[in-house]
Amino acid sequence: MEPAAVDIVDLHFSYPDGTPALCGVNLRVQAGESVAVIGPNGAGKSTLLLHLNGILRGQGQVCIFGVRVQDGTLREIRRRVGVVFQDPDDQLFLTSVAQDVAFGPSNMRLSEEEIARRVHESLAAVDMQAFGDRAAHHLSFGQKKRVATATVLSMQPDLLVLDEPSANLDPRARRQLVRILRGLPVTKIIVTHDLPYAYEICERAVILSGGRVAADGPIDDILGDGELLDSHDLELPYGFAVAGARS
Amino acid sequence: MSGSLLTLAMGQYVPGDSAVHRVDPRFKLATSFAYAIGLFLVGGWPGLSLMAIGLAGLFVAGGLPARYVGRGLRPLLVLIAFTFLVQALSLPGKALVTVGPFSITREGLDQGGFLTFRLALLLLSSVVLTATTSPVSLTDALEWFLRPLARVGVPAYEIALMVTIALRYIPTLLREADDLLRAQRARGVDLSVRNPWRLAQGVMPLVVPLFVLSFRHADDLAVAMASRCYHGGRGRTRYRELRAGLRDVVGLGVAAGWLGLALSAGRWWGP
Ligand SMILES: Nc1ncnc2c1ncn2[C@@H]1O[C@H](COP(=O)(O)OP(=O)(O)O)[C@@H](O)[C@H]1O
Ligand SMILES: [Mg+2]
Repeated sequence: MEPAAVDIVDLHFSYPDGTPALCGVNLRVQAGESVAVIGPNGAGKSTLLLHLNGILRGQGQVCIFGVRVQDGTLREIRRRVGVVFQDPDDQLFLTSVAQDVAFGPSNMRLSEEEIARRVHESLAAVDMQAFGDRAAHHLSFGQKKRVATATVLSMQPDLLVLDEPSANLDPRARRQLVRILRGLPVTKIIVTHDLPYAYEICERAVILSGGRVAADGPIDDILGDGELLDSHDLELPYGFAVAGARS
Repeated sequence: MSGSLLTLAMGQYVPGDSAVHRVDPRFKLATSFAYAIGLFLVGGWPGLSLMAIGLAGLFVAGGLPARYVGRGLRPLLVLIAFTFLVQALSLPGKALVTVGPFSITREGLDQGGFLTFRLALLLLSSVVLTATTSPVSLTDALEWFLRPLARVGVPAYEIALMVTIALRYIPTLLREADDLLRAQRARGVDLSVRNPWRLAQGVMPLVVPLFVLSFRHADDLAVAMASRCYHGGRGRTRYRELRAGLRDVVGLGVAAGWLGLALSAGRWWGP
């Protein structure tokens, strides 16, 4: 059997200042799934995400495609797990969009031709192929977000993880990103507290609350359970109905 | 404020596709360097005129708008004017105009004009370089020149990366400083006071959060880089490795020839 894309067993983590952020997380994601990790602010979502590629290391076990996250495997893990962070500004640090997209592949020691091909393909995947030579700081927020996604796609990850992808996006940029993400044929984990957004991209939802998995199931069931959402300070926008909302 | 600082920080790159734009940035950097040295070696007006003509040629060939001349000189206009005046007034010789104890001499005018013109050419040569070469290419070139040092342990790639990141974050930090300043003003902090103690009291609440913000950026940046498999400059592939073509070599040859001509011009025309 193919190993699970993500297999987390009893993961605990506290920040150095003593804040407990994860208190025994168990989570398994199969290859090909799209999973939304939802939860209120401070639930530990971003912390969990940083464990997926070994930036943070807690007690417990994290395996990615059957490979355990530990010192010797970080390079392999980071090649397979692409993380798009919430703030695109700190992910675009070189002087042109193409250079930023090429950064990951350059670190992977690919050939120059292969890098050029990937830069082209990744920018095309997010509809930004015309912007390769532009400076990222002149782009709109939505465009930066797409470029930040491309910087990760160029590494051809098997698992794509996004932290609050819809934050600060205007409606049009939001729709564009939904369309792009839905079209990507990789395993996806989307961390968000934007429930309609999660609903458009994912078929499964996991509620993280107080550093624990509080619920896990088909997204229709989770978002359809008003009481459950309520008890974790989650709320669907007024007028949003789960059944038939997916376009 | 941030507007002018921004252009200063980011240079004034004018995207384009002219022959000057396309020349290998290493050659442009080397030529600019040689040009600057040449300016100080050149002995008299004939040589300096040749250097000016050469620069004007590049200006035109690079398709740069004429207003860039003014824009390039503006930051140091005061210095240029000052140099001229001091020279014009201080050199002994045949007085042309006398005002009180000061007299403008012919020699002073000549010498002042020469020094001023040289300074202006130096500034304008840097304008041509930064206006026709993107910051990326410039740092690439810089890295290339540092590369031999990598063998003796100098982290050439890291230095170039650091320069790039520093340039990249200047506008961000300026914007944040602006925001902070506004927030502090809204809370009644007055930065227009003369009393240095009060001023320091006003500035501290600005400096501390700015430091915190810088460290947060550095943190996030480090995480983003590590997530993309960054593990130092060793063993990276270079994307868009610089490659010199025949055109670059010819260009360099022409520039070198022109410089040589300017430097030896004094011999033929006399000083
Ligand atoms: N760098 C940090 N140092 C200390 N505590 C932190 C840090 N980052 C987050 N926390 C704390 O850890 C908990 C989980 O935070 P986080 O994972 O960012 O939540 P979420 O992304 O779900 O909003 C919160 O209580 C938060 O205050
Ligand atoms: Mg978060």
